[in-house]
Amino acid sequence: MARFAVRRLAGAAVVMFAISLIVFAIFNVIPSSDPAVSLAGKNATPALIAGITEEWGLDESLPRQYVTMMEKIFGGDLISYEGREDVDERILEGVPATFSLCIGAAAIWMFFGILFGYLSAVRSGGLLDRALTIVAVTGISIPVFWLAAIFLNYLTYKTQLFPSGTYVPFTESPFEWASHLFLPWVTLAITYIGIYSRVLRSNMLDAMKEDYVRTARAKGLSERHVMTRHVLRNSLAPIVTLFGLDFGVLLGGAIVVEGVFNLDGIGLYTFESLINQDLPPVMAVVIFGAFFIVLFNALVDIAYAYLDPRVKLGESAQ
Amino acid sequence: MAGRSPWYLAYRRLRRNRVALGFSGLFVAIVVFVGAAPLWANHVAGTGPNATHTTEKVEVDGESREVVNREGRPIGPLWLGAGGKFFLGADGRLGRDEMVRLMYGGRISLFVGFLSTLIAIVLATTLGLLAGYYRGWADTVISRSLDVIWAFPVTLLAIALGLALATGGLQVGPLDLSSNSLWIPILIIAFVYTPYMARPIRGEVLALREKEFVEAAVSQGAGPLRVMFGELLPNLGSTLIVFFTLGVAQNMLLESMLSFLGVGVQAPNTSWGTMIGEGFELISTAPLLTVIPGTMILLTVLAINIVGDGLRDALDPKSKVRIEARTGISESQGTAV
Repeated sequence: MARFAVRRLAGAAVVMFAISLIVFAIFNVIPSSDPAVSLAGKNATPALIAGITEEWGLDESLPRQYVTMMEKIFGGDLISYEGREDVDERILEGVPATFSLCIGAAAIWMFFGILFGYLSAVRSGGLLDRALTIVAVTGISIPVFWLAAIFLNYLTYKTQLFPSGTYVPFTESPFEWASHLFLPWVTLAITYIGIYSRVLRSNMLDAMKEDYVRTARAKGLSERHVMTRHVLRNSLAPIVTLFGLDFGVLLGGAIVVEGVFNLDGIGLYTFESLINQDLPPVMAVVIFGAFFIVLFNALVDIAYAYLDPRVKLGESAQ
Repeated sequence: MAGRSPWYLAYRRLRRNRVALGFSGLFVAIVVFVGAAPLWANHVAGTGPNATHTTEKVEVDGESREVVNREGRPIGPLWLGAGGKFFLGADGRLGRDEMVRLMYGGRISLFVGFLSTLIAIVLATTLGLLAGYYRGWADTVISRSLDVIWAFPVTLLAIALGLALATGGLQVGPLDLSSNSLWIPILIIAFVYTPYMARPIRGEVLALREKEFVEAAVSQGAGPLRVMFGELLPNLGSTLIVFFTLGVAQNMLLESMLSFLGVGVQAPNTSWGTMIGEGFELISTAPLLTVIPGTMILLTVLAINIVGDGLRDALDPKSKVRIEARTGISESQGTAV
């Protein structure tokens, strides 16, 4: 067990190193113009550009540039030249809002994904199943940022059913916290509800053909008992793995959802930096986001191996 | 009874799928709509997608109205009130014709979606064939490199590339792209989705290469290239068709999001995504500027998704994964949104 955990974490470390190299290449090597000009932002003066070239060591060798860049991002002295502020500080400030958004959205999507998946598997082929199929396909075809804009306009601006904007800390007022986050939660969750209900449905339909289900029925267990205790429980495992992988993907959705709803988290900061073409914040968000996800996935894998030892065998068999 | 080719059988199954047929009709209608852009622009609206009409007036039912009023508010939809001019109104302070922009923007959205998917699938097939056929170190190098890109969240990778290239431009060997080139979003999207397609293709090649027909070809003296492209590739046909279709849907969504964030399609080009980005600034006064392009994206992506699903059913009736497989979920690898 411990050996698996160490190996998995070592693998994650290698991937994180590779990711840092990719980020460096994206910003400092691939673009054909001078990175100092891009870093300086829109209102660059020649003096600022010269200063950045000096500070980032852009006239030195590539390995030196790489080290300087990583020192800046992880050392906490990364500055946005556009907004004249400390990037890492702004990112830390945004953590509670973004975390609340992602956790809430994930809870909604898991709850409804499982509920809808269960219902359409039990009533497979029926009216409800078909209706849910339509909902699922529509859900994965909607541009998330557009849905956010539509909700904002018709449910906040026009009818004022939901409050807009600012993040209210949970400790200040749990009710305000939830009511301000409700629309962003739903927007972010909708795509995944569709996908997860479909995956669970097909897993359950497969599980229903298994021998142990026939055995359970032969024992005279009620249909409901068979469905929840035997079929559903055995179909949930892949959903949990998927969840671990997709949780990280929420960060991408958080950028547009926070941007549209003006919810003051890391996503909104990234959104504004993208619109202003301000590079340093995006650099930091991309690298922190990717690291977080790689680590999160490694931890999910380790937890999963603990629950289901066959995973380890699969790993060594590869 | 006459023998039928598998393609013909698939065609017959597809023909019976009314829903998929209906939505392929919708898709054709959308293509005709965007295809007619020059006709509408020249003969009905009499203006181009980037022509501004800020200070002009337009004759509506004998009454002269400003395209953009003093507060900078654009004129709303005139439908056929001005003979087709400003059918959907003007797009903002610049007073450009929204309908003309919608038609031209759709061309770009579809073009970027199709071309990026095409590039991704060609790359992914080549890499998948090489890795799956040669195995050994070729497989290790290819698979590990793809794994790294895979570990990178798609959206983050795409916005990082989009921002860096939108400010800096791209120059690799003979390829020299300015920062507003349409090729930049195309290449970025192709690049980030290649691993998602290459991995399952490699898996399928690994299974196929153990089949008797490969052994037969080798015993007849076929070299690696013949086996890969003459024997294995045709057997990947149905997989590739389905991947392509569902990939276009997904890539159109990614393009619209990048463009909305200002790191995808750049002016002077317009896509439905950039239109939503511009329209969103006026959402409380002119919501249609956001609603309409978004509805077009939704309808197009929905149509492609349903047709792709229908193709999967028709080409591989035994497949148990349907819509969920579009994101590679069937390989339990997570979604790529």
